[in-house]
Amino acid sequence: MLDIINVEKTFNPGTINEKKALKGINLHLDEGDFVTVIGGNGAGKSTMLNMIAGVYPVDCGSIVVDGVDVTRLPEYKRAKYLGRVFQDPMTGTAADMQIEENLALAARRGKRRTLRPGITSKERKEYKELLKILDLGLEDRLTAKVGLLSGGQRQALTLLMATLKKPKLLLLDEHTAALDPKTAKKVLDITEEIVKKDNLITVMITHNMADAIRVGNRLIMMHEGQIVVDVKGEDKKKLTIEQLLQMFEESSGSKFTSDKVMLSK
Amino acid sequence: MEILSQLINALPGSVSQGLIWGIMAIGVYITYRILDVADLTVDGSFATGGAVAVVLILHGCNLWLAMIAAFIAGLLAGAITGLLHTLMGIPPILAGILTQLSLYSINLKIMGKANQSVNVNQTDLLISLRWVKEFALHNPLITVGIVLVVLIAVLYWFFGTEMGCAIRSTGANLNMSRAQGINTNFNKVLGIMLSNGLVAFSGAFLAQYQGFADVKMGQGAIVIGLAAVIIGEALFGKIFKNFALRLLSVAFGSIIYYIVVQAVITMGLDANLLKLLSATIVAIFLAIPYWKRQYTEMHMRKPKGGKANA
Repeated sequence: MLDIINVEKTFNPGTINEKKALKGINLHLDEGDFVTVIGGNGAGKSTMLNMIAGVYPVDCGSIVVDGVDVTRLPEYKRAKYLGRVFQDPMTGTAADMQIEENLALAARRGKRRTLRPGITSKERKEYKELLKILDLGLEDRLTAKVGLLSGGQRQALTLLMATLKKPKLLLLDEHTAALDPKTAKKVLDITEEIVKKDNLITVMITHNMADAIRVGNRLIMMHEGQIVVDVKGEDKKKLTIEQLLQMFEESSGSKFTSDKVMLSK
Repeated sequence: MEILSQLINALPGSVSQGLIWGIMAIGVYITYRILDVADLTVDGSFATGGAVAVVLILHGCNLWLAMIAAFIAGLLAGAITGLLHTLMGIPPILAGILTQLSLYSINLKIMGKANQSVNVNQTDLLISLRWVKEFALHNPLITVGIVLVVLIAVLYWFFGTEMGCAIRSTGANLNMSRAQGINTNFNKVLGIMLSNGLVAFSGAFLAQYQGFADVKMGQGAIVIGLAAVIIGEALFGKIFKNFALRLLSVAFGSIIYYIVVQAVITMGLDANLLKLLSATIVAIFLAIPYWKRQYTEMHMRKPKGGKANA
């Protein structure tokens, strides 16, 4: 379960660069919810995700994950509940470390790190099996440095790391945006597969309207720090891009103008 | 011919110094390469190690206990730098400089004066430069050599544990580390502590080797440490991939550095110019990767036929 209750965030308050990034966000997600988030530049999508993850503190409001109020917890402590994949493939993995070492780091998320071995031979076998599922040929390259992998391979690996220890919440921040269309599709397929298998609550930001409509059971659209469109269940299944744009115009009072989103529909 | 025989005569001494500074260079490797932080505390903590060890030995302390005390003093010095950086938000280079400066006063207080000698005729020591050609355990080549191998083994083990992996991950990618639940600030402090512990330990060896500790004995230590890291990587980087071997290559780098230094001095270079020479060499080696990148970019930009960015 995720509850975002009246969260606000202003960057650089009191300066000429003041930016109200979130203006009272409320969102409730239940078990098995997969919500896609769409919106133009500066709509507050990434800020919302970063607030959940604890990258910056909130100005007011609270965030509750699985019954635990995490609002005051630092980023590394919240990680216990969260799996995250970033837009930039470089961000989610350590390039100088081996594939298996990256996975082993993720396997210890939320646990105290002691003087026990950083990776065991039993783990190596497990990782090999898991990597086989990705079907990217990584299972034979366990000891290769992650820096040698392609962007798509790194995102798939990050996804595996994010879900290796089943998280209460999976946060995907435009995780296919930096990939070519074919690879993006592959990574999105893997995402859906893992989310379905582990029945994870997922928040996925995307700039691809078609994906946003096709994937998941709920869609929210953000505009100037607020959630302006929220479609669930049957309504979402029947949703078309034209309808979505119309709903956006009605509730926000402005035309939807994001080249990035429009071009990729 | 005469120069060569002089050089060979001086070789055991150079190698001994190289081994001692090799321990300190491994400390530098931990911050500079693993944590990706240039930590200037080492210039101070090196002398702290020497001062603590010498004063304790003069008070009749067990020699190995004195070494451990020096190590702990280094850990504390590193903790100060780490906390200045993580708790007070001071950039790591500046944090190191602040600690280094304050250690100058602290080292003076530890010794009570600018330098303190331990005479090997009156006091028992672990090593001394007098014994470099003796076939005995207290020959610095043997004692420091064994200690170095043990240290590399322990570090190899440590950086393979969950804790050690967390430090490596912190140095490799802060965002990813935090996303995987790693307390990056804690691990930065831990890494800087460990590094300075080793540096101080090395200082304790050097003080015994040369028979005195001096507040200035660590001056320019960071440059020597970087030189050792860079030489080690340049010469052995292609063949030594394993972590333990990488640490060993840093120690080799330090030994080679001291042999080269000995060679240029024997050939008649003014010893006063030594630090200038070291700094120049390190500057050039630090520039090489940057130049290489620029060179390849230049040539990538203009492929044959002038097609831009095909």
